[in-house]
Amino acid sequence: MSTEKPKVAFYWCSSCGGCEESIVDLAEDILKVVEAVDIVFWPVALDFKKKDVEAMEDGSIAVGFINGAIRLSEQLEMVELLRKKCQIIVAHGSCSHLGGIPGLGNFWNKETIFRRAYHTTPSTDNPDGVVPQETYNLDGKELTLPSFFDTVYALDQVIDVDYYLPGCAPPRDLILNAVTAILEGNLPPKGSVLSPNKSLCDDCDRNDTKPEKMVITEIKRPWEVIIDPEKCFLAQGIICMGPATRTGCGQRCIVGNMPCRGCFGPTDQVYDQGAKFLSALASILDTDDEKEIEKLVDTIIDPAGTFYRFSLPSSILRRKKMEAIK
Amino acid sequence: MSNQNYDPKLVGFLCTWCSYTGADLAGTARMQYAPNMRIIRVMCSGRVDPQFVLKAFKEGADGVLISGCHPGDCHYQEGNYKALRRHRLLVKMLEQLGIEKERFRLEWVSAAEGAKFQRVCDEFTEEIRQLGPLNWNGGEYEHREA
Repeated sequence: MSTEKPKVAFYWCSSCGGCEESIVDLAEDILKVVEAVDIVFWPVALDFKKKDVEAMEDGSIAVGFINGAIRLSEQLEMVELLRKKCQIIVAHGSCSHLGGIPGLGNFWNKETIFRRAYHTTPSTDNPDGVVPQETYNLDGKELTLPSFFDTVYALDQVIDVDYYLPGCAPPRDLILNAVTAILEGNLPPKGSVLSPNKSLCDDCDRNDTKPEKMVITEIKRPWEVIIDPEKCFLAQGIICMGPATRTGCGQRCIVGNMPCRGCFGPTDQVYDQGAKFLSALASILDTDDEKEIEKLVDTIIDPAGTFYRFSLPSSILRRKKMEAIK
Repeated sequence: MSNQNYDPKLVGFLCTWCSYTGADLAGTARMQYAPNMRIIRVMCSGRVDPQFVLKAFKEGADGVLISGCHPGDCHYQEGNYKALRRHRLLVKMLEQLGIEKERFRLEWVSAAEGAKFQRVCDEFTEEIRQLGPLNWNGGEYEHREA
């Protein structure tokens, strides 16, 4: 292997593995990538250890792709190490970009999550009430586990991040564009999200079916109706995050006849995707009557979980108030 | 801290046409009211982006008020209706995040209602005093101290 090839590292934190899959999904194109770079660290596929990374010189890795949110001390330790070793850090996928689905854990805390997972789920079989401990003595040897934070963090809340590859998981063309841009040194300004800065509605094939004056008289959940495969979801009364979500995904959900759920996060002009969507949705509810408004709002089940499905940790408030969790 | 000695921090977004003018009237008429409200003048209650409200809570507000023209009186026809719909939905979302509904209030105050503005300020301040401080910390990097 030539030593002149740029070195690349991949790492995963709190994630499902889908972002790792998105690299494998490059299919034959991954061969071109592998030809152009040296992969020096990729726990899911290659047997390198933490000490191998520690032994590398600071800044010797050209780029590190990190997917997953930060919820364990181990993840924090690893991303801080990678930050030292990598010239460029790319937050790969919704979880590292925004907090993602694991970020919904911010409606709870360590205590309530442990109580649920180790005691009260119907499928839990734990008669001795065993709960993971950070340290445990076994025959005089101390075993340790990482500590579990009360709060889930997006990657840029714990280390400096250079670029963001949005999506759950990021689509293949965006990954390839990003890799090509990095290899050619043809990069946008630091902090950029590597996807067009427009809302999904701007690109949506169903945009033409949008009525002149968009109004919602009744909120419907996708399973309650037969969804018209041609018509704008919001015009059908189905909550679609398109207006508050960045495009670039190739409309994967829309083509599958499901509304946008917001995995690409907001555009550059918006701080808080959920609040912005709330604003848009409320303004098209078709009534001025206080009682009618309240009735309609009642039918919006779980607004926080819906509007912040992928972005709670990176939202303005970040989490549910600790003292309010029971 | 006993609630009697605690001074709530309130942020008020007031529309320039009705409520801000109403607040001005309370001032020029020398009406006495609780000084806790930090007033921000906006063109319309419909201009108040929910992001402003969240930011206010994050930056230390214990209560947020949006005040606009009475229904039917909006200078821009329907801005206050939009504020009303957003308020009801945002209240619901804030409760899911652990912020009590009493902390986020919507009131209609016309340019002639200086006395109503006075009453709203006094009432809101007293209500939040009873509720106590919000103390939002939003899970700021607990691991840094660990």
